[in-house]
Amino acid sequence: MAQVKNRLTPFFENITFDREDNEMILNFGPQHPSAHGQLRLMLHLQQEEITKAHPDVGYLHRGMEKMAENMIYNEFMPTTDRMDYIASSSNNYGFALAVEKLIGLDVPRRAQVIRMMLLEINRLMSHLFWLATTALDIGAMTVFLFAFREREYLMDIIEGYCGARLTHAAIRIGGVPLDIQDNFITQLRTFLDKLPQNIKDYEDLLDTNRIWLMRMEEVGTISTEMALSWGCTGPMLRASGVKWDIRKEEPYELYDEVEFEVPYSDKGDNFARYRVYMQEMRESAKILYQTIDMYQECVKNNQTELMAHSPKYISASKLDIMTQNYSLMQHFVLVTQGMRPPVGEVYVATESPKGELGYYINSQGGPYPYRLKLRAPSFWHTGILTDLLPGHYIPDVVSIIGTTNIVFGEVDR
Amino acid sequence: METAYLIETVIKIVVILLIFSALAGIGTYFERKVLAFMQRRLGPTNVGPYGLLQVAADGIKLFTKEDIVPTNVVGRIFKIAPVITAATAFMAAAAIPFLPSFTLFGYEVHPIVADINIGILYILGIMGVGLYGPLLGGMASANKFALLSAARGAAVFISYEVVTGLSILAPIMMVGSLSLIDFNNYQIDNGWIVFAQPVAFILFWIAAFAETGRTPFHLIANDHEIIDGFGTEYSGMRWGLFFIGEYANMFFISFVIPLIFLGGYGDGSLLGALALLGKVAFFFFFFLWTRAAWPDVRPDQLMWLCWKVLMPIAVLNILITAIVMM
Repeated sequence: MAQVKNRLTPFFENITFDREDNEMILNFGPQHPSAHGQLRLMLHLQQEEITKAHPDVGYLHRGMEKMAENMIYNEFMPTTDRMDYIASSSNNYGFALAVEKLIGLDVPRRAQVIRMMLLEINRLMSHLFWLATTALDIGAMTVFLFAFREREYLMDIIEGYCGARLTHAAIRIGGVPLDIQDNFITQLRTFLDKLPQNIKDYEDLLDTNRIWLMRMEEVGTISTEMALSWGCTGPMLRASGVKWDIRKEEPYELYDEVEFEVPYSDKGDNFARYRVYMQEMRESAKILYQTIDMYQECVKNNQTELMAHSPKYISASKLDIMTQNYSLMQHFVLVTQGMRPPVGEVYVATESPKGELGYYINSQGGPYPYRLKLRAPSFWHTGILTDLLPGHYIPDVVSIIGTTNIVFGEVDR
Repeated sequence: METAYLIETVIKIVVILLIFSALAGIGTYFERKVLAFMQRRLGPTNVGPYGLLQVAADGIKLFTKEDIVPTNVVGRIFKIAPVITAATAFMAAAAIPFLPSFTLFGYEVHPIVADINIGILYILGIMGVGLYGPLLGGMASANKFALLSAARGAAVFISYEVVTGLSILAPIMMVGSLSLIDFNNYQIDNGWIVFAQPVAFILFWIAAFAETGRTPFHLIANDHEIIDGFGTEYSGMRWGLFFIGEYANMFFISFVIPLIFLGGYGDGSLLGALALLGKVAFFFFFFLWTRAAWPDVRPDQLMWLCWKVLMPIAVLNILITAIVMM
C-alpha cells in the first residue's frame, strides 16, 4: 500500500483547508506570548470565532506528587515553591499546615502572625501580577509597569525576610524559621500607606476606560452553576456569585481574629473578576494592618517562640541543639531520617491567591509520605476553558485566560 | 522635460527617502522614550548618549540577522510583501508638501516631489495599496497566525478606507481641489478647516489610527493575540521593511492631518514652516500617548465602530456640509 505523504502530520496542523466546511484548527501555545506559561489550546475556528476549545496541559509537568513520595517532609518544602511561583509562600504554607494537622502540632502565636503577614503579602503580589499581565494582554501596557513597580516593593520586603524574591521557602513545618527583620514593619507600613493611591491609579486608568469595559464586560461569563460544576474556587467562584472564602468558612491560622470582607459579584464576567481582584487587594491591605498590630502585641507580651515545641517531629532551637546532648541527637535523626508522622491521612485546603489550594497526605508512619496529592486551583480553572471559550473571539481568549489567572507551575505541577 | 527639473526631482526623492528612513528609526527611539517616561522607567540608555545610538544598533542588528525564508511559504510573494509596505509608504510622500517653498542659492525649491492636481486622491489610493503588504505577506507565510492577521488587515483597511474617504470629502467640497497646496492656500484666506469641519477632523484622525495600525486599533500585528501577525515568519531586514513602512506611514499621516485640517504651513514664512513641524510632532506624539493610555479593541468592535458609528456620521457630515454650501 502506498504511503500517504503526510500521514504522520497530526490532524491539528491543517494549513490547507480541503473541504468547504473545514474549520481552521489553531494551536494557541504552548509558546504563545499570552499563554501565561505553557498552556496549549487547540482552538477550532470559524473565522475568528471559536467553536471548540481543548486545553492541553503538561508542558511544565515535573511530577511533584511523585517527587514528594521520595522526599522527607522538610525536603519537599522548597519544591512547593515551584507550584504557584507567583505566590510561593502560600504553597509552603498549605503544605506546612497539612503536615501540622497530620501530626497535631500547635504553632506559636508569633509564628502564626508572621505567617499571616507572609500569606497576605503573597496575595498582594499575586494580585498585582495578575493585574499587570491581564492589562498587558488586553493592551494596557502602562498598567503593567505601574503594577510591577508595587510588586517590586513587596518582593524587596520578602527578600529582606528570607533572601529570596520568587521562591521563598519562608515557612517551616511547625512555624517559621526566622523572626521578621527590623525594618520589615516600617517598610510594610510605608507600602500599605501608599497602596490605596496606587490602586486608585490603576482604577483611574481602567475602570472608566471604554475600551477596557468593551473588552471585559459580558465577556467570558461564568454562571454560578457552571462555576460550581467545574470546581472553580477563589476569585473565579466569588465573581460568579458564590461568597465562598476558606479564610472565612474554615478559618485557619488567625483569620478568625482579623476583620475583612469577602468581595463578590454575581455578574460572572471578566469585569466582575477584575473588580473582585481589586477589592481583594484592599482587603489584604486591611488584614496586613491588623497583623502588624497583632505582631506588636506579641512583642509586648514577650512571645518569642517561632517553632512549635514537639521534640519528636521538630528540631529544638539552635541554642538547645548546641548545649543539650539529647536535642542534638534528635536534630541529627530529624535531619538525616526525617520526621515520621503517625499513620493517617489528611486533606487541608487553604485559600491561596488563586483559589482553593489543597494538600492531601497519606502517611503510613514512615519518613516519606505514602501519597501526596496537590489540588491546585489553576488546574480546574484551565478545564473550564473548554466550556467557556466557544462562542468567543480570539482576542477574548486572551482576556479570558488573563482573568482566570492560571499559573502553569501550578497546573502541571 | 528639462534636465534641471529631472535632477531636482531626483534629489528631492533621495532626500525624502533618506530623511524619512532615518526618521522611522528615530521614531522608534522617541516611542520608547515617551512610553518609558509615561510608565515610570527610563527606556534605552546604554547605547550612546541618552541611548540615542540605539537606533543604529537596531539597524545593524536587522541588517546582519539571518534572512530566513521558511519551507512552505510562497517564496516570491513572501519576499515582495515587505517591499510593498515600505514602497507604498514612501510613494504616498510624493504628493505631500513638507515645507513651504523656499529659495536656496537663488533657486526656488518646492519641497514637494510632484504637485499633482489629484494629490489627496493619490495619497489615499497609495495608502490603499499599502494593504497588499500585510495581506500578501500574511497569506504567503504558511502560518495560521499570519493568515488571521492578513484577514484582519483586509477587513480593517478596506473598512477604514471608507471612513477616511468620506470624512475627507466634506473639506474637499469646501476647497474644491484635491491638491494639498490648494488646501494650504485656502486655509490662509478662510481660516483652518478644523473649525469649519470638526467632525471630519476627528473622523479622519480616528481612521488614521486604523490605517497605521496603532493602538487602540493595533489589530493586524497584535502580539498578545496573533503573535506578530503577518510579520511572524519574517526576520532580519525583511521584517525591518515592514517596520520602516509602519513608522514612515505614521509620519506621513502626521503631515497630512495638519495640512488638510490645521492650516498646514500657513503663509509660507519660516514661522509657518516651524508651526507645521510642531503640528507634525504633536500628532506623532499623540500616537505614542494613546499607546500608553489605551488598551486594544477587538476586531469585531472595530468593524462595529466603523460601519455603525463612524460611517453614518461621515455621511451625515457630507450631507450637512452640502446643504450649508448650497
